[in-house]
Amino acid sequence: MNGAQDLGGMMGFGPIQIEQDEPWFHAEWERRAFGLTLAMDATRSWNIDMSRHARESLPPAEYLTSSYYEIWTRGVERLAVAAGLVSDEELRLGQSLAEPAPIKRVLKAEDVPAVLARGGPAERPIEQPARFAVGDRVRTRNIHPRGHTRLPRYARSRIGVVELVHGAHVFPDTNAHGQGEQPEWLYTVCFSGRELWGQDADATLTVSIDAWESYLEPA
Amino acid sequence: MSQHHHHDHDDHSHLSEIELRVRALESLLVEKGYVDPAAIDALVETYEVKVGPRNGAKVVAKAWADPAYREWLRKDATAAIASLGFIGRQGEHLVAVENAPDEHNMVVCTLCSCYPWPVLGLPPVWYKSAPYRSRAVLDPRGVLAEFGVSLPETTHIRVWDSTAEVRYLVIPMRPEGTEGMGEEDLAQLVTRDSMIGTGLALQPEAMR
Repeated sequence: MNGAQDLGGMMGFGPIQIEQDEPWFHAEWERRAFGLTLAMDATRSWNIDMSRHARESLPPAEYLTSSYYEIWTRGVERLAVAAGLVSDEELRLGQSLAEPAPIKRVLKAEDVPAVLARGGPAERPIEQPARFAVGDRVRTRNIHPRGHTRLPRYARSRIGVVELVHGAHVFPDTNAHGQGEQPEWLYTVCFSGRELWGQDADATLTVSIDAWESYLEPA
Repeated sequence: MSQHHHHDHDDHSHLSEIELRVRALESLLVEKGYVDPAAIDALVETYEVKVGPRNGAKVVAKAWADPAYREWLRKDATAAIASLGFIGRQGEHLVAVENAPDEHNMVVCTLCSCYPWPVLGLPPVWYKSAPYRSRAVLDPRGVLAEFGVSLPETTHIRVWDSTAEVRYLVIPMRPEGTEGMGEEDLAQLVTRDSMIGTGLALQPEAMR
């Protein structure tokens, strides 16, 4: 969706706020929000694409005025409600009003190292051959899906060159909506700065995105 | 958001809205039995104590010092980095990109905050923020200037927008005057920002 998360090329946000000797967390609640998010991910009640979509589909004004861990917190709340694990009323009270829902797994402290080490590899076997090869010219599609997508607006309907072929990866556009992993070939596609931003762009600039095969057509 | 108002009529009255919200969420999820608070502690401890940019610095120093390792890193960064013990979440598919005199690499995630956790730890706030995410792809030289980095006009700028589950690690150029230095000393020259591409490796004089 064309949400507030799709920031590439926007202007007016001001200078980058660089903090010297930045701590990993700026408050205790950030630690808890971070840990809660990862611990709930580990219950397998949703996948990473659903998590991203829950954050990114926040109303733009809310997304842009929330700090990162606030966005994560709102994401977990929405996901837990959507998965039927908690109700809005329970969230408001911070108290359980009904029996817990069945859950696939509860992350134990002793399992944290193994779960983090395993991570969530996104590569999957695929039968059909890759449609594109390194060096091919491709054009990104001009799509504006209402659901989740990882094709940024600034790189839609642009001509680029395939630089890397990564294998087949889980397709976020379906996986975020419970429509299966539907793995597709994933490519790194390079665009010149001028193709993306016009003739005034820095002539030395190249920008790449990682694009799933269905985002691309031959050019 | 971080304002603290102290009142004495309520135990929680000094907490901000987001603090109360996170506290309510944790209480509820723990009461329901979905979350073990000790697991939260273990997750936080992992990323506060065990994982961080020193991991990435070891990878870079080894690439500088060991041509065979550098070649492995070019061909299969995930395996080459795993061989040093750096694996897992947000590092499942790694690609190392090397700076050269005529090309400078910089990494961003315009859509969220994708970042190679096993080698760099959790991202700094600026990396996740709108100013960086919006401008890194449009005006990287302007962004670099804010980090105090000025590159020759002829240096090609290569920006990697991590839109999938592939994570990019920049291998900064090895500073001059570091011949004969061992990997441990070399790693001291490798900063977090130099591995994102918003900085350069430190000069050896900086270490004296």
